[in-house]
Amino acid sequence: MPAMPLEALCIAQSHLWLPPNGSLHGLAVDRLMRWNLIAICVCCLAAHIWLIAAMLRRRRREQTGSTALRWTLLTALCAMYLWMAVTAQHLWAQSRYAGPSLEAMQVEVVGEQFQWYFRYPGPDAAFGSTRPNLVDATAGNPLGLDSRDARGQDDVVSSVLVLPAGRQVDLRLRSIDVIHGFFVPGMRLKENTVPGLVLHVHFTPATPGTYPILCSQVCGLGHERMQAILSVVSPAEFEAWLAAREHVRTGQRDTTGAPVQ
Amino acid sequence: MKLCLFTTRHRALGNLYLLLSLAAVAIGTLLSLVMRIHRVWPDTPLPFYGLLNPEDYLALVTMHGTLMIFFVLTIAPQIAFASLVLPEQIGARSMAFPRLNAIAFWIAAAALLVLLAAFFVPKGAPISGWTSYPPLSAIPAAGPGEAAGMDLWLASIGLFCLSSWLAAVNMLATILGERRAGMTWSRLPMTVWAWLVTSILTLLVFAVLLAAIVLLFSDRHFGSSFFIPAGDLVNGRIVGRGDGSPLLWLHLFWFFGHPEVYIAVLPGMGLVTSLFANFARRRVPGYRLMAAMLVAIGLLGLVVWGHHMFVSGMNPYAGTAFAVTTMAIAVPSTVEVLGWLSMLWDGGLRGGGSRFPTPMLFALGFLSFFIAGGLTGPILAQPALDSYLHNTFFVVAHFHMVMAMAGCFSIFAGIYYWFPLMTGRLMNETLGKLHFWLSIIGAWGTFFPMHFSGLAGEPRHYERLTGPATSFSGIVANERGITSAALFLAAAQLIFLWNIFVGARRGRIAPPNPWQATTLEWAPESAYAPINRGPYEYEIAVNEMNFYPQWESASKQE
Amino acid sequence: MPATFTRHPVEIERKDTGIGGKPPLDRRPTGGGGDGDNWDNRPHGRRGPRELLTRYRLGVLFALAGDLMFFVALVSAFFVRQSAGHFDARENYVSDWHPLAVPPILWINTAILILSSLTMEMARRQLFREIDVMDEWLGLGRPAVKRAAPWLIATFILGSLFLAGQWIAWEQLVQQGFYFNSPDPSSHFFYLITGVHGVHLLLGVFALAAALGAMFVLRRIELRQIVVDCTAWYWHTMGIFWIFLFGLLTFFQ
Repeated sequence: MPAMPLEALCIAQSHLWLPPNGSLHGLAVDRLMRWNLIAICVCCLAAHIWLIAAMLRRRRREQTGSTALRWTLLTALCAMYLWMAVTAQHLWAQSRYAGPSLEAMQVEVVGEQFQWYFRYPGPDAAFGSTRPNLVDATAGNPLGLDSRDARGQDDVVSSVLVLPAGRQVDLRLRSIDVIHGFFVPGMRLKENTVPGLVLHVHFTPATPGTYPILCSQVCGLGHERMQAILSVVSPAEFEAWLAAREHVRTGQRDTTGAPVQ
Repeated sequence: MKLCLFTTRHRALGNLYLLLSLAAVAIGTLLSLVMRIHRVWPDTPLPFYGLLNPEDYLALVTMHGTLMIFFVLTIAPQIAFASLVLPEQIGARSMAFPRLNAIAFWIAAAALLVLLAAFFVPKGAPISGWTSYPPLSAIPAAGPGEAAGMDLWLASIGLFCLSSWLAAVNMLATILGERRAGMTWSRLPMTVWAWLVTSILTLLVFAVLLAAIVLLFSDRHFGSSFFIPAGDLVNGRIVGRGDGSPLLWLHLFWFFGHPEVYIAVLPGMGLVTSLFANFARRRVPGYRLMAAMLVAIGLLGLVVWGHHMFVSGMNPYAGTAFAVTTMAIAVPSTVEVLGWLSMLWDGGLRGGGSRFPTPMLFALGFLSFFIAGGLTGPILAQPALDSYLHNTFFVVAHFHMVMAMAGCFSIFAGIYYWFPLMTGRLMNETLGKLHFWLSIIGAWGTFFPMHFSGLAGEPRHYERLTGPATSFSGIVANERGITSAALFLAAAQLIFLWNIFVGARRGRIAPPNPWQATTLEWAPESAYAPINRGPYEYEIAVNEMNFYPQWESASKQE
Repeated sequence: MPATFTRHPVEIERKDTGIGGKPPLDRRPTGGGGDGDNWDNRPHGRRGPRELLTRYRLGVLFALAGDLMFFVALVSAFFVRQSAGHFDARENYVSDWHPLAVPPILWINTAILILSSLTMEMARRQLFREIDVMDEWLGLGRPAVKRAAPWLIATFILGSLFLAGQWIAWEQLVQQGFYFNSPDPSSHFFYLITGVHGVHLLLGVFALAAALGAMFVLRRIELRQIVVDCTAWYWHTMGIFWIFLFGLLTFFQ
């Protein structure tokens, strides 16, 4: 990677009707999308021109049998499909075959009808265990953190996802009730949250800004209201934000394990 | 068009199936119009109903998809048209099991009634989409309409699976066992090849859907946990009692769901080949290749289901595997399209006996939508790109163009073409051409702009854009344009309805073989000799008719 | 002869009695199949005396193919569910699959079903014995029915015994505390798999009863052969399915 500020690499590209891109891999995704769209638009236009020309062409006596033309076009189109597949798989392999790097920051994303929660592991870098029978949003324990697990004492639960720019993040995706879809258009990122599974997806937010988080898998009545905000800030701001939250978390806990506000 | 209600005659049953599909498409279109109007004017109360709630919108989406995919696109191109002409096209007297055909129809009709009943139960119709992913669909408390409404949905689709199974058995037994002497595999019309492939697919995959429905029903009522994971907490109650996997449903459903969309479009492909041969007055170049490509698409369609699950937590290597197989389907589809284009181009379409009556126009419209919708397929086949486009309006645009519009245009083409066999009369040509042009403009206007909404990131199943999603405000203008075009498209279908019902009573009496076709469904009743011609012998021939119908024997001198 | 589906009146040609002259043309378009060889020189006419039988066998074959896919889907769900688990509160991966010991009566039931397949096959073959078909054609009673009926009755009894045995197995499980309406997946699967197979077999038993009735009601031996033949193939297939399902439940939990 050339020595350029990360933000410059992901200059807002609002062409192609795509929202501005804020992630590291999004640049390649957008470029791939652009070339693919150009390719299929050209093919579609050419095919329609051929179709209309055929409708207007005068009838010939013999059926010439344009076999050579057909096989040439077929070969060319197969080459195009191959190119599309190879470039896309290359990008997929780059971004997904290897798991997150060991320095990636862990954040948990939990979907629930109809709210997103985000959990940071705190200074011990370990998530506390959760139990569904402890879930009680009104008592301040929406994820069902188990107070008997010491690792969960310092976990920070937030309804806004705040991330530092430039650091890879490994998201742990969980769901409490039904299948939700964690979709951040600005980060070119989408993965379903499936109850019973913990899914991982990693990416690197690069450009500071606020990006909408939407639910992309129909999950019930409030599906369209299940939105959140991803706020990408500078590393210093992030540390400050997280420290303030962790300070609150190390306060007293009551007998049920819920934090005392 | 005389219809005896408990008939077993295949023509009458074909008409009945088409009427069933017509009822379904009318209701489905109405639902979609309500959806579109609501998207543009969310706060306007509907006449006779009042304000549309979010759950009503989701119920509309679910029922629209279910009605259209099952009752229109699975019935009409396949068993309806096959009942109408398959026996004649292979030179048989009737379907192999006429009473089974009738039974299958009545089961399908019952399934439709059960589905529509879901609107009238307490809490209304289900809201989990036509794909009904659990645990949303497995837990009655997870949403309105997921209780009685969902049970009715499951019962309806279960009945439909039975009906399709019987219909597929009938079609396969007919195609394999009832062909007339001389009707070899390479003399079959392309429609029969398509029905052969779709029957095999139907037989294989609807059984899997039925099994999935049985398991889902068991989860809902018998305390099992096939799809509900342990500790699943819904509405304050822990309902997960065992280690179920929602992904199991996704695998079972999409193993059915992807071949289903090929079942919807393959008969149209076969019909369009026949129509191009008929109206361009040309043989099909590479007949065996075209038939083999239909088979290839059908077979490959069985191994690509994972591309609906790219973002559901699959192993990335599995994502690559499914992407490769999905891209592979582009190849036989391209061969088919190139075959059609070269049929049209070779020799030209203007003059010399070739014509553009309404069936030909709709076949050309099919080709247009198949190309446009099909080309967005390779984009969605890539997990790297699908990670962004999954469940956005880009996908909606893709499947509406390639399945709904191409499929519906093939149904229109079939109805205009075979109307003389259904009623003995011809439909009005002027109205037909008007129907075509208005429809194709309306359809492109409705579904092409959806690509842009999808690229902007607009998700599916949102009844309105609120909160952070209002950053999509740039596409609100898109919504108005789409709704106007949709209303225009729906209005154009009124011409079609008029044409059918008035044409059935007062249309011009059709001469025998009005399209000068070669295939056997147009044969006069006295022609019963064994077959020794190919299905598409439209060439410059020495006889004055310029073509050789398949029911005339080939003499030794040719 | 039932001729309810012709579109226009055709002359029904009689079969050639073999005295002499060219065989008559069969003008009824009932199809004749095609297998791509020598069609121009092949004599016209029906495919053979077993055309109707072939058609019904084809239908039963395709119907059973679809049914096979149904069982395949259930079995794949079985394997997926068996290997499912979750992390408990102490981060151990636990599975809630506790293999269910199949009641021993199932072994007896399997033996009964295999025996019933044998009797079914005997019944089927009795109906195709040429001597008996010829006797019937000559008007010398219905020897085929006399030979086949006892075997059909035996199959009916054995099939009913199988179903009764399955019911007893269910009652034994209920007494041990394993129900259908249970979160225990192996218990639920047992009932589901045996129940679905049992429903299929019950339909088979009804078909057997219908076949027995058809023996005495249907006039054409061709149709009787079809009824028994199709029932037999269905019965054998359900037997083979059972062997696989039984093996699954017994050895693959």
